[in-house]
Amino acid sequence: MSAKPFNWREPRGLGLFSVGVFLFLYLPLLVIVIFSFNTGRQVTIWEGTSLKWYASVFANRDIGVALRNSLVVAVAAMVLSTLLALAAALGLRRSANARTDKVTLGLILLPLVVPEIVVAVATLVFFSGIGLKLGLGNLTIAHTVFCIPFAFLPIQARLSSLGNDIEDAGRDLYSDEWQVFRRVTLPLLMPAILSGAMLAFAASLDDFLISMLLADAGQTTLPVYIYGMLRVGVTPDVNAVSTLLLVSSVLIVLLALSIQYSFRKK
Amino acid sequence: MIRANTSIALQAPLLATMIVFMLLPMGVAVIYSLLTNGAFGGAQLPFTTAAYRQLLFLEDFDGSLLFSTAYLQIAFRSVWLASATVLACIAIGLPLAWYIVCASPAKRGWMLLLVTLPFWINTLIRTYCWVLILRDEGLLNFGLQNVGLTARYIQFLYNDFAILLGMVYTFLPFMVLPIYSVLERVSGSVIEASHDLYADRLTTFRRIVWPLSKPGVVAGSLLVFAPALGTFLAPDLLGGGKRLMIGSLIQLQFTSSRNWPFGAALAVVVSIAVLLVLFLMVRKNFDKVLGR
Repeated sequence: MSAKPFNWREPRGLGLFSVGVFLFLYLPLLVIVIFSFNTGRQVTIWEGTSLKWYASVFANRDIGVALRNSLVVAVAAMVLSTLLALAAALGLRRSANARTDKVTLGLILLPLVVPEIVVAVATLVFFSGIGLKLGLGNLTIAHTVFCIPFAFLPIQARLSSLGNDIEDAGRDLYSDEWQVFRRVTLPLLMPAILSGAMLAFAASLDDFLISMLLADAGQTTLPVYIYGMLRVGVTPDVNAVSTLLLVSSVLIVLLALSIQYSFRKK
Repeated sequence: MIRANTSIALQAPLLATMIVFMLLPMGVAVIYSLLTNGAFGGAQLPFTTAAYRQLLFLEDFDGSLLFSTAYLQIAFRSVWLASATVLACIAIGLPLAWYIVCASPAKRGWMLLLVTLPFWINTLIRTYCWVLILRDEGLLNFGLQNVGLTARYIQFLYNDFAILLGMVYTFLPFMVLPIYSVLERVSGSVIEASHDLYADRLTTFRRIVWPLSKPGVVAGSLLVFAPALGTFLAPDLLGGGKRLMIGSLIQLQFTSSRNWPFGAALAVVVSIAVLLVLFLMVRKNFDKVLGR
């Protein structure tokens, strides 16, 4: 009577271990958020609550410029990578050649495996070698490339779970290919496209290394600017601007995932 | 036939983008690594292997070459730290992944979200938070002194352990997710059969769960090792920029040191190392990684 029946789905001790890991993942980030509201100049000694570091961040024109650069690049890279990924995913679905499919997939996933510093260096010497100077355009191209896998994967997953029946039904009802795409495939894909686009946006916002090596004067993105602030010294403004970036990334990704989740349940 | 043509036409823009802006630049980097260092950055003709020689030799004033291990040591440290990161991530990620698999579906979703979310937060911020905690006047020293454990501050930053901590913190999600996706497919009846045959939890883990999780561990190790080998922020912020890894050494060549061919050569070496590991792991476990 006393002992509960044995259940392997209750691994003993692992619960505590897992809580520990999650604390390890989140407590350090919480430190930044909490101390961004600190009154004192001392970064890690609590002196009271205030929003003054946020005020100083919003008053800083350089941060405004950096934020604008980040957003311009992220939006452009998001649109470009999502369009390219959507077309390629639709193309792969129509393909009959398994061997070229593997090459395409390998190319798409390449940015996930090659170390970021290698991508950064290769892109830098390439742009300088061909003398490409498009201002933020250079950054946008580089970001588009590494955002492609993030935009592609949700779209691909959704497409492969759709099956051909619904589109075939459209064709049976005398729709041409464009009408099938416009009226059947696209609406069904929309949640995946949206979440892929948002993940691409978040990936662009997340980048530091590639932007740092590629950005010329005046093209500084927000993470590169924060890195510059850190070089000068750890000040409370860094906490405030980091918190803003952190919170916006989390919100975007939560939104993207909730869109994905909502259509998966249907 | 029309279908095949549209298929190619739809894939073409993405393929062209990847070839022109990913593969081609990597080829150009190889060319740069074989050029002569320019006086003001950049690179110029003639072709030379000087950048690669610089990895192993110091050029003396009279042009004779002296064997030098300075860069080899940095390469060795990078491989060592990346490998240690992989091992630590397995040690933390495997039990965590197993715990998530065992949980109820609703709880599973939440825990997966919690594992994934840090991946989307800027790596700079995730490295910086450890500076706040570990530095001399940081939270850890503050806490230790207030409790009365230590009288003076202890230097936690600027050593290999701090770098390792930052790398594990950054790359842990890459290990948990592949292991989870493999273990999720394991049928519960296999585990139950093991217990029915009087295996205790540890034996079940060792003989059943661990072998089944291997493809996930292999994929995860690869996803951790590749970026860890070229990591820049952890050695820069937590190692103080003085305990170099290859990533920070490469970055230096394109900023203050202004030796592009050498930087490109280092990048080529890192790529070859990653591709080699990729090849070895995938060849041995190709079918397993694909989940066959």
